[in-house]
Amino acid sequence: MLMTAPAAGFLLLFHYVPTLGNFIAFKDYNPFLGDGPIEAMLLSDWVGFGNFQLLFEDPLFWDAVWNTLSITAFQIVFYFPLPIALAILLHSVISSRLRGLIQGVIYLPHFFSWVLVITFFLMMLGGDGLFSHALRDIGLTAPNIMTNPDTFIALVTAEAVWKDAGWGTIIFLAALSAIDPTLYEAAAADGASRWRRLWHITLPGIRPVIVLLLILRLGEALSVGFEQFYLQRDAVGAGAAEVVDTFVYWQGIVTQNYGFGAAAGLFKGVIGLLLIYTANRLAHRFGEQGVWSR
Amino acid sequence: MSVRPVWEEKPTVVGQAGKSTLLFLVTAAVIIPLWSVIVTSLSSRETIDRAGGMVFIPRGIDFSAYESLFATDRVTQALWVSFIVTIGGTALSITLTVLAAYGLSRPGSMWHRTLLFLFLLTFLFGPGLIPSYLLVTGLGLKDNLLSLILPTAVNAFNLIVLRAFFMNIPGELIDSARIDGAGEWRVLWQIVIPLSKAVIAVVALFYAVGYWNSFFNAILYLSDPADHPIQLVLRSFILQGQAPPGVSLPGTSVPPPTLAIKMAVVAVTVIPALIVYPFVQKHFTKAVLTGAIKG
Repeated sequence: MLMTAPAAGFLLLFHYVPTLGNFIAFKDYNPFLGDGPIEAMLLSDWVGFGNFQLLFEDPLFWDAVWNTLSITAFQIVFYFPLPIALAILLHSVISSRLRGLIQGVIYLPHFFSWVLVITFFLMMLGGDGLFSHALRDIGLTAPNIMTNPDTFIALVTAEAVWKDAGWGTIIFLAALSAIDPTLYEAAAADGASRWRRLWHITLPGIRPVIVLLLILRLGEALSVGFEQFYLQRDAVGAGAAEVVDTFVYWQGIVTQNYGFGAAAGLFKGVIGLLLIYTANRLAHRFGEQGVWSR
Repeated sequence: MSVRPVWEEKPTVVGQAGKSTLLFLVTAAVIIPLWSVIVTSLSSRETIDRAGGMVFIPRGIDFSAYESLFATDRVTQALWVSFIVTIGGTALSITLTVLAAYGLSRPGSMWHRTLLFLFLLTFLFGPGLIPSYLLVTGLGLKDNLLSLILPTAVNAFNLIVLRAFFMNIPGELIDSARIDGAGEWRVLWQIVIPLSKAVIAVVALFYAVGYWNSFFNAILYLSDPADHPIQLVLRSFILQGQAPPGVSLPGTSVPPPTLAIKMAVVAVTVIPALIVYPFVQKHFTKAVLTGAIKG
């Protein structure tokens, strides 16, 4: 249909054309060939898996992969459960006006850019921040968490929690309100305490949503975001802040080693697809619906 | 549910107090930083000196940081760039998305299964930074504000949200309009859009926030500082330690304190979002859910 055509055109041009453009990962990109980058992409020499070989021999790449996977694992443990807990807590607030007010406040940081989020953290917890001053006033020394590479993983998780944990409750709140209230009533009549109702009705009721989001997160195991790490690289150093996405940027674009960078990006994309496929298979095996059904 | 169901036991005092404290802390964690930034930006030199830095308790209101900020080009120019990109980008995105969502919501339109599949598939993988960069540069968009708009003009999630909502509009309504002789465009304009104002507003907000927060694309494609949007300017003042443009106002000998000027830059970056947000916020759940269920 005619109406869909313009949007589909944009999608093809800015999503599918670059997806195909990943062939550059198998080439030795030479920017001086032809007239402009697109011709240069076509005219450059094929090098087969040469870029990948260099990539796999590069210790910096494996450092970035390791940082990324550690951050993902850390966030699955310390971030992922929080929106669920917060949603259950909010769901138990009886006054719908109060609940609406709290929701309005905790959704807000989702709409802030990473520059803003990091600015707020710096102004509160940084060496010269509000809390560091308050701590100093009562005679304690404030640890400078904004520049300490050893605690960086906790810092980025705290930032992610502040930005998105509130927003993340939306989907769980909806799942919670879809649970049939007569189940609770029957359980209460049978003498189940509130904790038993939470364990036997609430959690099973929202399990499909939990599994779905966990699969999506696992599929994204190699992407933890770009801007958050790019912005804090100067403060804590590349040793802690280099993740796969920033590696692609520095190696590919800043040093103009495009074929090599594209190889790293393509590696990430392919692993991501494999991960999401595997996680989905697992979900089916455990009788969950997963991202797509078969 | 605004009354406690009769079968539920009365909450214990400890449980109730614990819950209230937790919820209070969670909301305070969002409000305190915002509050402190805005208060500091409105504080005089004495107040900031007395607090030793960030101010929490306001003592009077002093607009000199803002006056000084707007007396120079750097921030006004960046705000202007951000406004243009946000308004132009949102207008383009919402037009494309509404049209496509409507097209895909009518069963039997040409190739709609294939097209829908193509849109859904974008959730599973991104195109990759390097090829996208080479394409955008190859199209000659470098150092052009369109580089902040065109690559992100259509977002599949937003499209699915709108399509799901359009599909819930009763078919009889549309059929009866057709019988009265309305074409597709009139149906869209006079029936579908008026019925979906709230969801369209939410999607427009999602797009607008995306454009207002443009950062990475600006780093990639805009080399001239005159083109830099507000997020980049904010970063250079706060995270890169560049001195903000403090000028002494007429009649005073010293410029307003640097910290107040810095916080004023933070405030002007946040405030546009804060103004639009309350009007759209109550419709979030509806929009996010229709999308989540179909996607």
